[in-house]
Amino acid sequence: MREKKPSLWLRLVSLLIYAYIYIPIIILIVFSFNTQKLNVRWEGFTLHWYEVLFNDANIGLATRNTLLIAITSTIAATIIGTMAALALQRYRFPGYTLIESALYIPVIIPEVVMGISLLAFFAFIQFSLGLLTITLSHISFNIPFVVLVVRARLHGFDKSIEEAAKDLGANEIITFWRVTLPTILPGVLSGALLAFTLSLDDYVITYFTAGPGSTTLPLRVFSMVRFTVTPEVNALSTIWIFTVFIMMLINQLLTRSNT
Amino acid sequence: MSEFAVELRDVVKIFPTPEGGEITAVNHINMQIKHGEFFSMLGPSGCGKTTTLRMIAGFEWPTSGEVRIDGHVIGRTPPYLRPVNTVFQSYALFQHMTVFQNVAFGLEMERIRKDEIKRRVGEVLEMVKLGGMEHRKPQQLSGGQQQRVALARALVKRPKVLLLDEPLGALDLKLRKEMQLELKTLQEQVGITFIYVTHDQEEALIMSDRIAVMNRGKALQIGTPVEIYERPTSQFVADFIGETNFLYGTVRFVEADKASVYVPVLDSEVIGLATAGLTVGQKAVISIRPEKIRISDKPILTKNCFSARVTLIAYIGSDTRVSVDINGQRINIWEQNKISSLDTNIYYRENQEVWITLFPENTLVLPEE
Amino acid sequence: MSIINSVQKLSLGKVLRENPTAQGLLLISPTTIYLLIFTIIPMILVAILSLMIRGMYGNVVYQINLANYVRLIDPLYVRILLYSLGVGLTTTVLTILIGYPLAYFIAHTPIRERSLYLFLILVPFWTNFIIRIYAWIMILRSEGFLNQLLMNIGLIEAPLNILYTPTAVLIGMVYEFLPFMVLPLYTSLEKIESAQLEAAADLGAPPWKAFLRVTLPLSLPGMIAGTILVFIPAMGMFVVPDLMGGAKTILIGNVIRNQFLVSRDWPFGAAASILLLIMTLIFTLYYTRKAGFSEELLI
Repeated sequence: MREKKPSLWLRLVSLLIYAYIYIPIIILIVFSFNTQKLNVRWEGFTLHWYEVLFNDANIGLATRNTLLIAITSTIAATIIGTMAALALQRYRFPGYTLIESALYIPVIIPEVVMGISLLAFFAFIQFSLGLLTITLSHISFNIPFVVLVVRARLHGFDKSIEEAAKDLGANEIITFWRVTLPTILPGVLSGALLAFTLSLDDYVITYFTAGPGSTTLPLRVFSMVRFTVTPEVNALSTIWIFTVFIMMLINQLLTRSNT
Repeated sequence: MSEFAVELRDVVKIFPTPEGGEITAVNHINMQIKHGEFFSMLGPSGCGKTTTLRMIAGFEWPTSGEVRIDGHVIGRTPPYLRPVNTVFQSYALFQHMTVFQNVAFGLEMERIRKDEIKRRVGEVLEMVKLGGMEHRKPQQLSGGQQQRVALARALVKRPKVLLLDEPLGALDLKLRKEMQLELKTLQEQVGITFIYVTHDQEEALIMSDRIAVMNRGKALQIGTPVEIYERPTSQFVADFIGETNFLYGTVRFVEADKASVYVPVLDSEVIGLATAGLTVGQKAVISIRPEKIRISDKPILTKNCFSARVTLIAYIGSDTRVSVDINGQRINIWEQNKISSLDTNIYYRENQEVWITLFPENTLVLPEE
Repeated sequence: MSIINSVQKLSLGKVLRENPTAQGLLLISPTTIYLLIFTIIPMILVAILSLMIRGMYGNVVYQINLANYVRLIDPLYVRILLYSLGVGLTTTVLTILIGYPLAYFIAHTPIRERSLYLFLILVPFWTNFIIRIYAWIMILRSEGFLNQLLMNIGLIEAPLNILYTPTAVLIGMVYEFLPFMVLPLYTSLEKIESAQLEAAADLGAPPWKAFLRVTLPLSLPGMIAGTILVFIPAMGMFVVPDLMGGAKTILIGNVIRNQFLVSRDWPFGAAASILLLIMTLIFTLYYTRKAGFSEELLI
């Protein structure tokens, strides 16, 4: 029954929706190769804007900051979040439900509220804003997402494989490294990938917790597109989209090879 | 070497429930398992058999009492320091490792040399008929093959005791029967003590040297398959192993190994073998297996012989199953089909009046539960 | 057995090994501490801040009162609040209308093709959202792609002013949040066994009735999860109005941002935040009461 194809009109509607999703992206990419600076109509092919982009020192700095924040916060959130996922999935302890619900806070509260609360907090403890405050903030919104993803993957985890490892002579540490971690690794990697993307993508919270010199790519792009349209942003966007595309492809292959 | 491979002394295991209560999973169990024995723990689900096994393996610790392995009190020694290995119900194979890596894992933990590991893994895989499968992943194997990997992985460690938790539970019936014999042969070949948990009585009877029948956290009876089947000491064991007829009554007298029970529904006394500790006046139950009742046209004995009416005849190939009625009490009898005939009523027909005989040496008197 | 005895003497390891509660607490503690410091305490701080007043130079005067909340009842802010609510609801409804057929389509394609279609939904979702807004700015601005197209085919003579209007904000919001609706919807639609629809047909329901009576109710958890995922961020959104709405479209998110970073009236911004928070909490609680959502919230 499942193999029955969707009806023609449904396929047509879906095609239109996919067009709606992709046409803006295609236009964006095409115009990154346009010779015309105002980007109003197509005039000719050029790689000029990519050259401009690569020579833009501000973009370079922002890229460096963005990657630094994304990598650091991903590693921290993945470790902390995986531990929490294991704890919530395996153990019962005092405060369980409280922590479980508290984990949803960063998921469901509006980003702007989270942003200003972190800003207020850093101001209150007189912590100067910069890369560190952004990173700390990113970790805090990433942890819940890592927990959610890893927990979902832990659902079907057969606890007896850990018992088997111990039964065969592996102590707790060896059991974790050789059996538990390899088994949950696809989940942990998906969690890390989500955290990395969320960090890369974040504008709102970064905006409130950034200080002088800690501009990230989304902040930079925002200020570039605020009042004007420039093909340089198109070039940046094109690179960004392809990076995401390749990362997701790798993720797909990773999960496929593990199922 | 101690006399027993595994000994449980007054072991109790209490689990807290999520609601804050307590559940006694294992209730004062005593067991002595000899070296080289094929020992089964048999019982319905929730009887405590798996918990008992897990306490020997080291995944759980007794709330009180002690577990001894080869004479040593094992206390809270973690599983990886115990000289026992487990074959899990779910097999618990490491999905990210090949068959070879799975089997080699336990030897690597002992820091055995690479070439030695290779040799021993090869040997054990040959033994469980998995030669040539070394580089497959568990997902690429059939259920039966996965089961063999789990077995090989535990056996390669040469444990003092091998613990098997319903290892054949996930296999289909035919494969299961094959594996039962194979496991038994294997056990005799390697000479390791096997402790086998199952809820399948036939499996336990076929494979075991001795069986512990368990219910509600207690070991009700421990004995050889014959003892368990022929001389159950409790109503539960008689009921759980094989099939039986129960007749309820009151003990009238006890003399040596015989007892007489007044059964109201028969309005008569029935004489049978007494279980230890029966007293006059006690509520008791007569247990007699269907294949041990004799049907005849005329009475054979002056006692233990009753007139009955045939109510149902069911032909099942090797046997004919006859149900008779005595004053509303139904009794099931299995008659072996010793004559080849197309007439299913060759022996008896429905509503026929017959006599049934409960030979005292086949009849057990058990305390009522 | 000497090894065993020596191991048992390692008391810390022993305590941890033998006490699952301690293991659980150890594993959860970094998260607990982190959540406490970087989520809970900042929230409490905002709540306290909302009861203070702004000083002369944008500083905070520590004096407990409800002045900020009283200020929020001002028709100006009530109008902004209602407008935000309206934008949030419209965005949600539009994403359901567009997202449902798409999710239904993906759930009903052969399994092998499904991952491709899902992948196509996810690519824009994982792309930076300012880039996605920028794409629409390029299309909607007066000398943009849409106007060029319409003028070239002669449908209009002068460029339409779409960008920097409330319509532009809605277009941007819907584009932004569509994947958040499609994915949970797909999750719950995909779980519906075809046998249930066959049973409905067998019992005499024509396809449209089977859809209304079986598919739709069963996809409700997905729709609720999607609504939470779309409505809440849409309510607090200030970036889309900033970039696409011009000065005319101000949502509660913009108010909060402005109080903190432009007017520097933190207590008032805090009060507005608390109000927004309460509104979203009531909304979430109301919806999650109706149906569990945790599974569908997972993307």
